[in-house]
Amino acid sequence: MFVFRIDSNSGVPPYLQLVQQVRQGVLLGFLAEGDRLPLIREVSETVAINPNTVAKAYRQLEQEGLVTGRPGQGTFVNATEAAPVSPATYTSLQRGLETWLGRARAAGLDEQAINALFTAALNKARNENIA
Amino acid sequence: MTEHALQTDGLGKRYRRTWALQDCSLSVPSGRVTALVGPNGAGKSTFLRLVVGLLAPTTGSVEVLGRPATDTPQALSRIGFLAQDHPLYKHFTVAELLRVGRSCNLRFDQELAERRLRQLDIPLDRKAGALSGGQQAQVALALALGKRPDLLVLDEPMASLDPVARLEFLQALMGAVAEDGMTVLFSSHVVPELERVCDHLIVLNHSRVTVAGDIDDLLTEHRLLVGPRTTADLDRSGTVVEATHSERHTTLLVRDGGAPAAPGWQASPVGLEDLVLSYLRQPARKEVAA
Repeated sequence: MFVFRIDSNSGVPPYLQLVQQVRQGVLLGFLAEGDRLPLIREVSETVAINPNTVAKAYRQLEQEGLVTGRPGQGTFVNATEAAPVSPATYTSLQRGLETWLGRARAAGLDEQAINALFTAALNKARNENIA
Repeated sequence: MTEHALQTDGLGKRYRRTWALQDCSLSVPSGRVTALVGPNGAGKSTFLRLVVGLLAPTTGSVEVLGRPATDTPQALSRIGFLAQDHPLYKHFTVAELLRVGRSCNLRFDQELAERRLRQLDIPLDRKAGALSGGQQAQVALALALGKRPDLLVLDEPMASLDPVARLEFLQALMGAVAEDGMTVLFSSHVVPELERVCDHLIVLNHSRVTVAGDIDDLLTEHRLLVGPRTTADLDRSGTVVEATHSERHTTLLVRDGGAPAAPGWQASPVGLEDLVLSYLRQPARKEVAA
């Protein structure tokens, strides 16, 4: 059974942490088509998290088409149609990021500075998307 | 079930000349887990005692599950209350405490309480005083849950527990919420762990409610604005909750405000902890916009 974890200090809203873990699980192949996600009650009890939060995460995953809820049975992982990110793209993106990290380090940025820069860029992109 | 598990209107409590709680008007929807946050002496325990009918209001009213808090024994039987430091009769065994629970309540699910405690490996023949602090808290919680309450009120339930016991307590509580769908209201002053368990927030400070609402809504409504130092009023919308200035830049927490038009300003979302702390740092005021 898929196991969730919650980092209370990450600053990422708990429901989003759950969503991201399922997305990543599918992306990395830990979750395959037909796998049942733990019941809301099970997640609540094992990670000590509000059931409404779990329900919200599952709703969002359903809207994204990653999973399907079947009343009385549970929530199941869908087939990933033509993998939204192919392993090759994934690897190439990661390589690109690694190259960029190398340049940042060479320029004298430490991990904190890199994080700050990344977060600022992410926020900027997010704001532009909304506007 | 009523739409609101709890509704207060102009609720206030005065002890002699001191107001412990003033002008408290709010509602908590059914099925939610609400955190009541505030510094010591802010009026949290007074508020909770008014809700469960252990105190009578000086002004205003409080309605629980659609009726006045202290209406009838039937109304009280739907409310579970766990007081601070989870008091138990220390010389009673766990089994004896469960019997007290069964005898003193109109409805009491002994089987449920026993099952909970067995799952946690808490021996029923042990005296309560001989249990660890975490186990005592679990016994007190099992007793409160044994009532199968529609509203469970907990006053600082985890204040004296170590980190492992805190997590175990929250696991038991969240499991019960998922199973029964009850409404929970609890006070705490530990903010970081609130976000995972709560979906509704009430901040009390200086005997008044400074902010209350759905946590997702509150996080969407508030923005952190950072820009070059300014003490002048910016061209922006919304209310400033808190302004902090350093030598070169200014940080504003605003509610219902967009990004300022001025150049050099950046808006970013705010975390729950920062939001709560900003409200807790606000000085006492005569008029508070709820």
